[in-house]
Amino acid sequence: MADSQTVTPRRPLPWAWIGMAAVVIPLLLVLAFGLRRDPRALPSPLVGRMAPAFGLQLFSGGRLTLGELRGRLVVLNFWASWCVPACTDEAPVLQAIWEQYRTKGVTVVGVNIQDHEAPARTFIQRFGLTFPGGMDPRSVIAIDYGVYGVPETYLIDQSGRTVYKYAGAVSVDLLTPVMAPLLETR
Amino acid sequence: MIRQHLLVAAWVLAVTLTTSAQEVDLRVRVIASKLRCPVCQNESVADSQSELSAQMRTLIRDKLAAGETEDQIVRYFVSRYGEWILLEPPRQGVLWFVWLAPAAALLGGAVLVIAYLRRSIRPHPHLTP
Amino acid sequence: MIALLGTGSLLLALACAVGGLGVLVVGHSRKDPRGLIWGYRAAISILTFVTLAVVDMETALVGFDFSIRYVAANINRVTPLLFRIAGLWGALEGSILLWVWILSGLTVLVAHRYRSRHPGFLPYVLGVLFAIATFFLGLIAGPANPFTRLAVTPPDGVGLNPLLQNHLLMAIHPPLLYLGYVGFSVPYAFAMGTLLSGQHREEWTSITRRWTLVAWTALTAGLFLGARWSYDVLGWGGYWAWDPVENAAVMPWLVATAFIHSSMVQARRQLLRGWNLALIILVFLLTIFGTFLTRSGVIASVHSFTQSLIGPLFIAFLSVATLVSLGALFWRRKQTPDEGGFDSLLSRESMMLINNLILVTMAFTVFLGTIFPLVVEVATGAKVTVGPPFFDRVVGPLGVLLLLAVGSGTALRWGRSGRDDLRKLGALAAGAVAITGALAASGVRSPTALTALGAAVFVALAQVTEYVRGALAHRAATGEGLLASVAALFSINPQRYYGYLTHLGLVVAVAGIVASQSGRIEVQNHLTVGETMQVGAYTLRLESLEALVGADRIIVAAPLTIGILDGTAQAGTARSSGDVDILRPSENFFRQSRTPVATPAVRSTWRDDLYVTLLAFDPREQSAVVRVVISPMVSWLWAGGAIMVGAGVLASWPTRRR
Repeated sequence: MADSQTVTPRRPLPWAWIGMAAVVIPLLLVLAFGLRRDPRALPSPLVGRMAPAFGLQLFSGGRLTLGELRGRLVVLNFWASWCVPACTDEAPVLQAIWEQYRTKGVTVVGVNIQDHEAPARTFIQRFGLTFPGGMDPRSVIAIDYGVYGVPETYLIDQSGRTVYKYAGAVSVDLLTPVMAPLLETR
Repeated sequence: MIRQHLLVAAWVLAVTLTTSAQEVDLRVRVIASKLRCPVCQNESVADSQSELSAQMRTLIRDKLAAGETEDQIVRYFVSRYGEWILLEPPRQGVLWFVWLAPAAALLGGAVLVIAYLRRSIRPHPHLTP
Repeated sequence: MIALLGTGSLLLALACAVGGLGVLVVGHSRKDPRGLIWGYRAAISILTFVTLAVVDMETALVGFDFSIRYVAANINRVTPLLFRIAGLWGALEGSILLWVWILSGLTVLVAHRYRSRHPGFLPYVLGVLFAIATFFLGLIAGPANPFTRLAVTPPDGVGLNPLLQNHLLMAIHPPLLYLGYVGFSVPYAFAMGTLLSGQHREEWTSITRRWTLVAWTALTAGLFLGARWSYDVLGWGGYWAWDPVENAAVMPWLVATAFIHSSMVQARRQLLRGWNLALIILVFLLTIFGTFLTRSGVIASVHSFTQSLIGPLFIAFLSVATLVSLGALFWRRKQTPDEGGFDSLLSRESMMLINNLILVTMAFTVFLGTIFPLVVEVATGAKVTVGPPFFDRVVGPLGVLLLLAVGSGTALRWGRSGRDDLRKLGALAAGAVAITGALAASGVRSPTALTALGAAVFVALAQVTEYVRGALAHRAATGEGLLASVAALFSINPQRYYGYLTHLGLVVAVAGIVASQSGRIEVQNHLTVGETMQVGAYTLRLESLEALVGADRIIVAAPLTIGILDGTAQAGTARSSGDVDILRPSENFFRQSRTPVATPAVRSTWRDDLYVTLLAFDPREQSAVVRVVISPMVSWLWAGGAIMVGAGVLASWPTRRR
């Protein structure tokens, strides 16, 4: 019953195998690389450009604009009282930076987003934060800065240019190396 | 389950009111459905229930009221968040590839299938199942 | 104690897997039949130890043993019993335990069933299954151990993500999905057995046919249930978002569907052997890749649990599996020739080949869209999003092409088609066009909807024609009535007629998808208590705002009275002739989470679904913001899925032993 005349077995051309390997191996490498990055970390398109202007109604009363801070290095920090543990971890760090660098031309500004006034004020009292800060109830400032989570911190240099963005709780070791060169040029 | 007086629950639950209390325009919806919610995973700004998305929708409405066009508003968000905020990759740069590749795959596959069938069919017209 | 028992069981299972593999290799190289006997015993041992581990974990879950980290993370004191049991698959480590449990069960079944029938072949098959088990057991005995203990036992657990906890399907969807995933390991193992043993005895596709069908049915059920779960819970009124994890499940499903058809061609005509081997390898690799996508957090998704160290291990396993499988395929490439050839382009087997092409292209598209953001980021550092618009726009047209292939394949016969078949095809096409025209006349306007529906109608007509033809022939031969003849068809040729039934289920589901997408109405509105809004043919009046305090949450509900406008009756005034309803969408405030979870309220009919979500409320103003979605014919999607799954179950049902 077997037909002695079979169709020439159709073998895939040799370069098809090479092609397959050329696709599969890099793909596996890409996946491996993919594990090293945080899928949620967004590179900010603002870095290198002039920082967006803002007007912030302060907790202490009065209003602060970015323009007023021209000539100083600004550490702009977005936070919320419910953001635990990241915001609670970095609050003392920010206060320490404010106390240490205030006279050296650095201003720390806190912008509270997606929160309510009472818990925000409680948070400030709890950590003894004395740097200027206010609420951004409609997230207008946050959206202007491309904020997608809390906490996020931006560094704006003395000429008003955004030079650095960090998503997550900042630490002294993280910020000082970035801040130092900007302060030395003065 | 105890039915609480609504005022008590309201004070406890005062956290919720963040969305605008007005009807959302159709135009806002159209724009918002092109943007990806930054704090969600894989939802559009139009669909998402998150606070930030609601605030973005409000911002879109304000910008529309101020006379900006859809294109300007979309470009504003791209300038703040990057290309990532668009749900659909734009057809420029390296991104055209993702649009073209499926068609290329289909055509390439079709060529292979036709070639295979022709080679297979020709020698044995008399074979019966 | 429990943790010790659990970890110990897993280590023993791992030892048995490695030992079993060794014993099979040694036994086979020495041509010693005892190798297989010991292999069988090893399989049983693995199943025993893994079952012990599962029972152990369930005891900890049901008994609130918070000293175990997995338990503390996934349940808390108010978690109901069903969801404590289902907590086994609530997160990463437990899910892999479930995977291994299913795999070891299937391995025992395979070993038991085939050890006397295919003694030469089986050692390879079991070897592959043991190798897979070794990887997963290694994972959970080591880095992903579900039995790790906490230094300090907390008084209460954290509890599941409330989105998960709210729904019954949490208990059903994951196990079914896993049965599908793991089920495909069996035909894969047989395929690898064929390649590694170097001999092509009885067609491996015939042996594994029922296994493949069961796995496919389970995966289909898992997919539909997942969609239903999303629909019920996520609050935006949709059922599919091309989420990376949804994509991860749909890719193997598409390729498996292709495989089911092309293996029919192999069974019937001894063609496409090499292709089938490649296909099942691809299905298996996609199930592993899918698990990797879900578990490693590489691509952020609604499902991603946490980023963990499991990722690199998965990559390693995936790489090894890929290279070994493709290597084996290449090594034996001369041994898988076709016998004979295709007779004609117009034949059932050619149409199946075409459907394969389309299905694999669809799988490729989904793969590309899912992986593309990652590739772009590696290449350029930029982050991009490939969202639903891309998938909808590419997969949609491919779906229409697929339907045309399905209809044509049903209408044409095996081998070469004659004039009659072509005339039949023409008649079916004409019928489909006519019905589409009728649909257009009755109000369906969108060209894409009409095209898709036309293709679906074409498929439906083709299936019905085959039933009628078969029944008429049967009636002529036996004298039974027409309906009895139709029923008899299923016993005479179950593969064919349940296949047609599955196609019909697909048509029903497609109709649901097309209608719910193209006819969808969505409105968001602010209502004060007593105010009425109108959406489509419905009116909604906000009655009040209610607050209820529960054991683990506070619920705020906005009851809405629904009225239906039929042009004559007054809308929404009183309960009249049963066409007025009350829907209660609500927001749930769980104590462990800051943002509330909205529970939508749905009113389902065959005609459409009225889907209402409470977005915000103001107790002082006594007002609420609601989103109302009307999705036509969504119920057809679930019905279609039920038909497909039902047909699959019935087709896999064991028949009288040959």
